[in-house]
Amino acid sequence: MHIGTFTERPYASLAENEVYRNASFFGVSNKHFDPKTGADLYHRYLDQNVAAEALGFDVIMLNEHHANPFTMGAVMDVEAAILAARTNRVKIALMGNPLPITDPLRLAEELATIDMISRGRLVAGWVRGAGSEQIANNVNPAYNRERFNEAHDFIQQAWTRPGPWRYEGKHYHYRHVNPWQKPYQQPVPECWIPGLVSPETVIWCAQHRYPYLALATFLEPTMEMWDMYADEAERQGYQAGPENFGYLQKIVVAETEEKAQELGRAWLYGGGQPAFARPEWMFPSGYNTKAATARLAKAFTNPETGDVALASATYSENIDVEAARRATQATYQGFQDSNQFIVGTPKSVLPKLRHVMETIRPGIFICWHIEGGTVSQEDAMTSLRLLGTQVLPEMRKYAKELGLTSPDEVKPGSRPLPASGKRLPVVGKINRAAE
Amino acid sequence: MAASEKSAQVGGATLKYLEGGSGAPLLVLHGELGFPGWTDAYESLSKTRKLIIPLHPGFGVSDRIDWIMNMRDQACFYTRFLQEQALTPIDVLGFSLGGWIAAEMAVNNAGQFRHMALAAPFGIRPPSGEIRDLFATPTQNYIDASMFDPVGAPELSKLYGAPGPKQYEMWEDARAESARLAWAPYMFNPSLPHLLGGVKGLPTLVLWGKDDRIIPAGTADVFATAIAGAKVEMFDKCGHMPEIEKKDQFLATLTAFLAQ
Repeated sequence: MHIGTFTERPYASLAENEVYRNASFFGVSNKHFDPKTGADLYHRYLDQNVAAEALGFDVIMLNEHHANPFTMGAVMDVEAAILAARTNRVKIALMGNPLPITDPLRLAEELATIDMISRGRLVAGWVRGAGSEQIANNVNPAYNRERFNEAHDFIQQAWTRPGPWRYEGKHYHYRHVNPWQKPYQQPVPECWIPGLVSPETVIWCAQHRYPYLALATFLEPTMEMWDMYADEAERQGYQAGPENFGYLQKIVVAETEEKAQELGRAWLYGGGQPAFARPEWMFPSGYNTKAATARLAKAFTNPETGDVALASATYSENIDVEAARRATQATYQGFQDSNQFIVGTPKSVLPKLRHVMETIRPGIFICWHIEGGTVSQEDAMTSLRLLGTQVLPEMRKYAKELGLTSPDEVKPGSRPLPASGKRLPVVGKINRAAE
Repeated sequence: MAASEKSAQVGGATLKYLEGGSGAPLLVLHGELGFPGWTDAYESLSKTRKLIIPLHPGFGVSDRIDWIMNMRDQACFYTRFLQEQALTPIDVLGFSLGGWIAAEMAVNNAGQFRHMALAAPFGIRPPSGEIRDLFATPTQNYIDASMFDPVGAPELSKLYGAPGPKQYEMWEDARAESARLAWAPYMFNPSLPHLLGGVKGLPTLVLWGKDDRIIPAGTADVFATAIAGAKVEMFDKCGHMPEIEKKDQFLATLTAFLAQ
């Protein structure tokens, strides 16, 4: 199993009240951003990732969001290039580049450059980008999936087909494709796809034999999607295995249970991940497929009134911030009970981690370690150090025992189906007693 | 009375449209939220006119057409529809996004119309202020912002009240296709005011609510300046949907104009 580390790299000195008053991280004015603080934070996060390599992690994972204090990684590839030079061994997993909002030819050049500087340690990952990225970059959300598919196919060609050649697509046009940057990994860099259990993406991954990395999703829908992946893999003629699946897990450890619990609450800073962006920014016009819209309409229909909650919204800057904060913090224990947050000492987190590993059987496991908000650099580094020195060796033992093969151990998509042609199970069972 | 749904083959695609009423044909082009239902204004107009209401491709009823990627494509598609159905010259009434389609059609062939009535059309950049962003606004909030007084217009709740999942999906189709047509520049075409200058001899009426919170009402003057001889009718205490909020005045002005 590959074990990695990840942080959102938040703009950690943003006052929480600003997020509550805006009902969202996206949309808070950048007048609150101070470049000197920003400089310190960029160095902090780079240093953390370099330290992760020394602590024995296999992967450092970065992500990209725009116009949002939730994540400072608006130009993720620049951070990746720096880490490519400052590290020697770890995979640098970009989860991911939002294809629809980029210039694909430029992206092919950038990623090949990073792959060369790292001497083949890049893991390219593609995402559609959250709805808010389409708004912040002014890219038509109604063509999001078309642009994603076209840009993906174009980049594969740009990396592999000798140039110069001409390209006339639907959304992209180039008269001279001949990049003088080619991936160090031939023919193309390793690729994993992160997602929030969108069935369309899961199926697409299975068809391309790309490992699918579920981003801190609840275990039950994660298992459903992995079954869906494995079913599609069966149709494609291969057996999916742990090497086809990755999981991002929120985890924080401290020397004492009490300290860990204090830190764990920072996951809910400003409302936490659900406050990333308001629904109208998450789902701008045309961003969802018709099938996804139908699913949302169903999920958000009030059974008593028949109204669809997403059809309207009310916000006020004059909300009772204290009440909102209390309501958010009241959800904290529930997130621990469902293993969404794993919080404790190195010893106390191990059974929980094992439960997650047994249940969803991932070949890639990324620790989304604590950061930002109210967490100091010292506490974040302690958590990382304890993870690396005390938790990680145990996880490796479990992985070996459970047969959780990484994409380096078994090439994703290379496992044959049983002679019956019917696939084997890819996930375990949720053990309610363990939650 | 109700309209009946018909369909026509246009350029290899199937266009569904509604037909209702009797009299000289009147082409009605619906707005960015899709066909709103048989409004009181349609009912009144259908007593003396045969309404022909195409359901724009991709807005939830007629299938999406992949190659229609901007408003001029859409306008040319309807020009072909009118020609092939032998409907020209015809009177046209366009609401909001439908008004923009009508204006683009007039640009590519003014002779296909006898009269052109545009109710708060998109298509031209406001001289000041900004167009409200449909694509990042929940639909019901957008509809509320379309009215001067959302509470004081009973027809509004009849048309748009209590939306269930089906209505939500229709709105999402309409918003998605509107985005395909007009994401950027947002809801206008920089060449339109210049090309409208070439529209000669087409009687044109621009109808607009003075309190439009979707498109700043000052845009009406730009249309009037661009189209030779265009008349402008502004409504007091009225938002983006004069056909609902000032229905009687709207119909009186429109009917008198079409009779000229």
